[in-house]
This record gives sequence, C-alpha cells and structure tokens, in this order.
Amino acid sequence: MRHIIKSTLIGALAGTLLSGATLADIGSSDPIKLTLHDWSGQLINTKIMGSILEEAGYNVEYVQADYIAQFAGLKTGDLTLAMEIWATTGQEALDEATATGKVVNAGETGLQAIEEWWYPLYMKELCPGLPDWKALQGCSEVFSTAETAPSGRYVGGPVTWGGFDDERVEALNLDFEVVHAGTDAALFAELESAYQRKAPIILWVYVPHWAPAKYDGEFVEFPPFSAECYSDPSVGVNPDAAYDCGKPRGPIWKAAWAGMEDKWPDAFAAVQAYTLTNEEMSAMVGDVDLNGQDIDSVVANWMASNKNRWSGWIAK
Amino acid sequence: MGVMRIPRSAFIWISLFFITLILANYGKLVADAISMNWLVKYPKVWVFPLKDYVSLAMQWLVEDATFGLFTFTEATRGLSWVIEQPYNFVRALLSEGFERGLGKSAVQVLPPLSWLTVLSAVIALGHYAKDWTLAAIVGACFGYLAIFGQWDSAMITLASVVIAVPIGVGGGLLFGILAYRHHWFGRLLKPALDLMQTIPIFAYLVPILFMFGFGPVSALVATVIYAMPPMVRITTMALQSVDPEITDFGLICGCTQSQMTWRILIPSALGSLMVGVNQVIMLSLNMVIIASMIGAGGLGFDVLASLRRLDIGGGFEAGIAIVIMAIAIDRLSQAFAERSTSYVHPKIRNRIYHRHPRSMIVLTVLIFSMVVGFFIPMYQHYPESHTITTGAFWDDSIKYLNINYFDQFEAVKIFFLKSFMLPTKRFFIGIPWPWMTCLLVFIGWTFGGWKLALMNALMTLFIVTNGMWAKAMITVYLCGVSVVIASVIGIPLGILAAVNKRAGKIIGAVIDTLQTLPSFVYLIPVVMLFRIGDFTAMIAIVLYALAPAVRYAAHGIRSVSSELIEAGIVSGCTPTQILTQIRLPLALPNILLGINQTIMLALSMLVITALVGTRDLGQEVYIALTRADTGHGIIAGLSIAFIAIIADRVISASAKNARIRYGLETTHGH
Repeated sequence: MRHIIKSTLIGALAGTLLSGATLADIGSSDPIKLTLHDWSGQLINTKIMGSILEEAGYNVEYVQADYIAQFAGLKTGDLTLAMEIWATTGQEALDEATATGKVVNAGETGLQAIEEWWYPLYMKELCPGLPDWKALQGCSEVFSTAETAPSGRYVGGPVTWGGFDDERVEALNLDFEVVHAGTDAALFAELESAYQRKAPIILWVYVPHWAPAKYDGEFVEFPPFSAECYSDPSVGVNPDAAYDCGKPRGPIWKAAWAGMEDKWPDAFAAVQAYTLTNEEMSAMVGDVDLNGQDIDSVVANWMASNKNRWSGWIAK
Repeated sequence: MGVMRIPRSAFIWISLFFITLILANYGKLVADAISMNWLVKYPKVWVFPLKDYVSLAMQWLVEDATFGLFTFTEATRGLSWVIEQPYNFVRALLSEGFERGLGKSAVQVLPPLSWLTVLSAVIALGHYAKDWTLAAIVGACFGYLAIFGQWDSAMITLASVVIAVPIGVGGGLLFGILAYRHHWFGRLLKPALDLMQTIPIFAYLVPILFMFGFGPVSALVATVIYAMPPMVRITTMALQSVDPEITDFGLICGCTQSQMTWRILIPSALGSLMVGVNQVIMLSLNMVIIASMIGAGGLGFDVLASLRRLDIGGGFEAGIAIVIMAIAIDRLSQAFAERSTSYVHPKIRNRIYHRHPRSMIVLTVLIFSMVVGFFIPMYQHYPESHTITTGAFWDDSIKYLNINYFDQFEAVKIFFLKSFMLPTKRFFIGIPWPWMTCLLVFIGWTFGGWKLALMNALMTLFIVTNGMWAKAMITVYLCGVSVVIASVIGIPLGILAAVNKRAGKIIGAVIDTLQTLPSFVYLIPVVMLFRIGDFTAMIAIVLYALAPAVRYAAHGIRSVSSELIEAGIVSGCTPTQILTQIRLPLALPNILLGINQTIMLALSMLVITALVGTRDLGQEVYIALTRADTGHGIIAGLSIAFIAIIADRVISASAKNARIRYGLETTHGH
C-alpha cells in the first residue's frame, strides 16, 4: 500500500515537472477549448485536432456546444476552436462573427461539403431520366404520397438550414411540395424508413455523411450553382426567376477565437495547417456510424497511421 | 321529458361557436370583398418591433451593464464559477477521477468512485431510508446501469442532478419562505413562476449562454430555472397549511422569526416539502436532453448522438437508463419523505461504533470496495465484455413494423388528417383575430369577471401586435387536437385505473415511463412510421401529455366520498349508474384540472416537436435558438406562455364554478 502511494506521488510529481518543462515553450497552459457537436464526423475531426494539440503538449478540453450558438462562446473566448463550420449552413453565422473581429476563420479543413437533392438508386427505375433534374419535371407523381398527390414530396432540411428549395421548385417548374424536416435525425429517419420498404423518396442529403455509404443512391444534377443565379433572375434556365440552379458547394471551415493566435501562436499555426480529405473522413465516419466502432479508437488509428503528417503540422 | 329544452347559456355558447365557424370559413372572402384584409391577416407594418428592443436590452445587459464595481457579466460569470467548483468536484468523484497536471501529461491522483462503491452506497442509502426492499430496488436500478453499459454517462448525469437539485431546492425554499412571510412578494412571484414554467427553455437558452458561458454550468442554470417553480409553490403552500396551534405554540415560547421558520414551520411542513424535492428531481431529469445540447453531456447526449446516426436501439437504451435512474432517485426521495415524519430518539451510548453501528458497517464496505477497485480493474470500471445490449431488438422491431404494417399506419394517419386535423387547422387559421380577441374577452368575463377578461385581452393583443398570430393559431390547433385525443384516451384509462386495481398498477407504470422517457427517443421511430408532419407531432404530444389526464381522472374518481356511493347503492343504483350518475359528475372538477395540466404539457412539448418540422410557435423558438436571436426567441416563448396562461386561468375558473355547483366549495366573494 505504502509503495503504491509513494509511486503515485512520484508519478504525480514527475508529471508536473515534465509538463512544466514542455509548457515553457507552448505559451499558456490554460485549456484550449474545442467544441463538440452531435454528429460523428465533427467529433472525429475535433478529437483528431485535440489529440494533435495534446501531443504537442497543450492542455485540451472538449466542450459540448450547439452548432450556431457556439459563436457566442467563440466571441468571448469561452470557447477556443470550432472544427467544422460548413460553408453551406454556417457561412452567414461565420461571416457575422468574423465581422465583429472577435472570431477568425482559421482556413479550410480540406473537406468539401456537398448538399443537394438525393434519391436511392431504385428510384431510377421509376424515373429513368435521373440524375438529370429535367427528369423530375416528368415524374413528380412517382414521388408523391397520399398527402401531396399528385405533386411529388421532397423532404428538405430544417428551416434553419435555408437552401431555397421552395424557390427552386418554383423556378425550375417542378411539381413538388417541400416538406421541412425539423432536424437532421428526422430527415434520415425518413430515408431509413423509405429505404427499408423500397418506397419512393427524394430528400436533402449532404456529404461528408454516413448516409451515402449506407444507402445506394445519387445526387440530382441541377444546373451548377453560381452567385448570379441566386441573385439575378435573368441568369439560368428560367429567365424570370432566381434560384434556378443547384445548391452551392463549399469548404468546411475552421473557426477560432481571435485571441487564440496571441495566446497559443504555435497551436494556432497547427490548426491552420490541419487538413483532411473527404475520402478519409467518409471512411472514418463509416467505421463509427455503420461498423459501430468507438470514436476514440478510430481517432487513435488515424493518429498512429498518419504520424508524419501531423508531426509536420506541429513542427511549424 | 317531452321536448328537449336547451338552457340559455348553452344556447349562447352554441351560437357563438357557429358564428365563429362561419367567420372562419367566410371571413377571408368578406374581408377581401370590402378590402379590409387586415381583419384576417394582421399587416406586417403594424408589427411592434418589441423583439428588437429585447435583443438590444439583452446586448446592453451582457456587454455594458455595470454595478459600479463590477459589470453584470462579471457577476454572472462569478456565480458561474461558484457553481462550477462543486460540480467539478462531484463529476470528478463520480466519473472522471481527480487529476493533477494538464492535458495529456495529467496524472490521475485518485480514481473516481468505482461502480462497486457507488452501488454499495446507494444500496446502503436505500436500506437507511426505508428497508431492504427499497435497497434491492435501488440496487437493481443502478446494477442495470452497469450491466447495460450506461454507467459512465449515467454518472455524469447523476453529477448534474446532484448539483442542480440542492440549488433548486434551496432556492425554492428561500423564495417560498419569502413569499410566505411577505404577501406582496408572493403576489409578485406568482406571474414570474407561471412564466418560468411555461416559457420553453429554448427561448432563454441563448441569453443564459451569454451570461454563464459555455459548458455544464449554463445547462445547470437552465435546469434550475425549469425545475424550481414547483418547489417555491409547494413551500409556500406547505407553510401556510401548518397547523395554527403549532405556530401559536411557537409564539408563546417567544421564538424569533428565524427560530420560528427553521425550528417550527419547516420541520412541521417537512412531509409536504419533500414532495417538492421530488418534483425538482423529476423535472431536472426531464431536462437532461436539452441540457446535453449545451454541454451537460451524459445520458442525454447519448440519446441525441444515437438518434443522429439512427441507432434507435442505442437511443432507446440510454433513454431507458434515464427512466431507471429517475425511478431509483424518486423511490429514494419518497422514502426519505416518509421517514422524515417519524423521528425516533436514538439510544445514547459511548463509542462511535456503538452509536452508529450501521454507518460503521457501510463505511467499511465502501472503503473495502474502493480499495478492491484500486487493485482489480474490473471492480473499478465495469468490464465492457460483461455488458448486454438490447439495441438490435428495438431496431429490428421498428423495421418489422415499418415493412409489414406501414400501409395500415398510413391509412389510419390519412383518416385522422382528413377527417379531423386538417379541418380543425383550417378552422383556427381562418378565425379573424379581432373576433377571436372579443371571444376570449367574453369567455374571460363569463368565468372570471373583468380581471380575467382584461388579462385575456392584453395577452391576445400581445401575440397579435408582435406578429405571431398565424403561428399562434397553428399552435392552438396542434395543441387542441392533441389535447382532445389525449383526453379521449386518457380519461377512460384513468377511470379504469380507479375502478380496477390491477389495471391501475399497469397504467400507472406505463404513464410514469412515458413521462420520464425523453420524448426524442420515441420521436424518431414515430417519424419512421408516420413521416414528418403534424400527425407525427401530434402522436409525440399525446404520448407525453397523456399522463395528467389519466392521473387526475383516476384521482377524481377515487376521491368521491364513500358515503355518496353507499347512498347510491342503497337507492338501488346499478354499477353503471353509480359511475355515470355519481362518480363522474363529482370527479368533473378534477378531470378539468387534468385537462388543464394536459394542455400545459402539450404546450411544453411544442419545442420538441419543432424538431420534426412543425411550423408553429415552437418552431419559431427553435429557429431563434439556432440563429442566436434572443429577442425573437423570447417573444415567441412569451406567446406560448400566454396561450398557456389564458388556457390555465379560464379552465381553473370554470373548474371552480363546477366545484361550487356540486357543493364541493363555497363561494367566497366573486
């Protein structure tokens, strides 16, 4: 017993001394607070970044926070770093926050977000022209349910995601009724339900996400997005309406508290250097959500097999 | 009998209903014809920009407000720090262990309490509070948490409950005593309590995050705000109902005010006060999901994360773990409530182990289990290989239902939507707002006099002038439909529970589970079977709001005095007659109160059903939350609260009228 107490104490002492030694060259020993949301990709992304910072000797803390509400915390410095701000859903909030000067955009994560109308492959038999969007004009009835018939039913994202689907349906003359899901979970519950029954469905899907790995399907090919198409009615296939094109695609950003660069300059540099690819991320998300692996072990695997990459990021 | 005569008041109500029906159908046509569209659609330009003022006021409070020596934000952050210290301690004790050093180089100085230690502690607590039966129940509950692999998350949730409950109870006690001592304070507090209970939490989450910072403390503060009001109410009520002879005795002995409160009033009211404590615990556990969205972690987070990846089984297990924990804590606190009323003087002996033999045994067991945990890891962390899961079963059941019975579900849904829900929706949306306002004023005046009429008018106009009318009517429709269905199912169930003991037990267990099970757990499976839309939202609301309809109906039927029933039997009533002629009419006031509570719960579910895509006030609150728009959230939240308050006051007033009519209460001033 005494032996154990002794060794614990020595261990603790050694720990403090050691950490003291490394702390000298990393700036502040205050915790760097990374935000966690409730989807696996973000958790993986954040835990990898956190592990890298820990390897570099920083004190890292994870804080559960809401995706948009977190900006309040990033502005005050309550939170230090958010690893996934999607250009498709969080751009306005990010722009608003960076405009105050209290939050900085720490660059791309290397992940590219795609958001678009998506259908399971078995729908192609019922509506052969797909994935071209023009096919939807002819076979909207295939996608109808008792409540919307004869119009088709398109399940859009939560109202807060925006997306302009009501306008798109109008502008492209698609006979669809847009139903907004309240959350991501509800959206994919619809897909899971329809897929089990091989029932007609068309809905908003985004990547990186586990859904395209679990279900066979494709994105609808709309006329490509351009800023003018959204702002100027005369641009695009319908000369009288805006939003007559697909949704924008864009990077997933990292956002940090503006004070991070002064307080932990090297850590901030590492954050800026950090990038992943869509393929890596999809594989990891699949491991977690579909194969039931533990997030921490997936992260540990990545750390072990990419040592060269991440040690380059912290070596500045 | 001859010709049926319609009483005059009934005639008035029926004609008012038909006028409303006609206006709802043709109001828009008429308004268009005489080009006075503002009658049916409140113009945007008339909307009073109150929400912007609220946002600005909030911004000022957080950024500029100062008390001279320190700013408002510093004050709230200070408070946040004070709450954080005990929380961190309990969390380290239960789940993370005490660490020294930072980040990766941290060394665990002391491990957290092992699962064996916690398990022994709760069993000892159960035995201490009542008997071995309770100890076994509580032990089984916590054992479940370990065996089903929910231990770590459950301990985090337990840590927040352990901190939130004392704050809620202490604060509630304090406000309750103040309200008891100073009548004016009580009057001031009442509307504040009403608002605390009816404004959805999402509405004030953003300001709380601003004030208390990110992390578990904000979640704790939100939990306390939500869970405290019943404690305040029960405290005031309990103190008021202390036997005057006891208080007189205190006065004769020359007690000071604080002696009077702490030595006489509180101990005599302890039994009722413990009911309040129980309520605080239950409501805190209700908040687990929402708290996890802003940083509380634990079981709530597991539910959310599982459902995000459509792991229905995982979500269900974490949800059941919350129910199990609620059962354990509920039983314990109720046992303490009963125990506190019977106090036995202990025999005095010399040595500490003579005086407290049981404490000594428990302490030995605890220390032993801790030491064992220190050496043998499987007694520290419950080994993962020994956990069981039923996750696949739930996933498969839903899949089976979905594949084989979807068409039947669909048919039922379409029938309900077409024959009941959609017509009701059109009816409510069609009612012109000036007519609805007049109607509410008339209703208020009839049941509660001019005060109620005035209140109804002001609250309705608040909703109208803030541009929330259309959303409010969708809210009323969705809640109204759900409450009707919940009553149609719940009241007969309640009657059955009252007349048949065995049925009563089963029904009681089912509705207890429904109330503590986080609604998100069944929301997603319901989406899978019924798709996104009002019908799904309605099912979720009904499941959650069913409980009070059942409970109050059962309570009302049970509490009909046995003399009246005997009188019925003597006069030769059949059992059916006794039920319909004696029990039901006398239970009516209670049934009405049950419907009242059902409405309250239905309204509090709206924010949750916004997650499956409803378009009502709940959705407005949710949108405001995700856009961090304080003003909009608070205005929408207040609108929900006002609907709740109007419904509550009108129904309470009519329940009172009913009690007077049946001689259960006398009129004292009107």
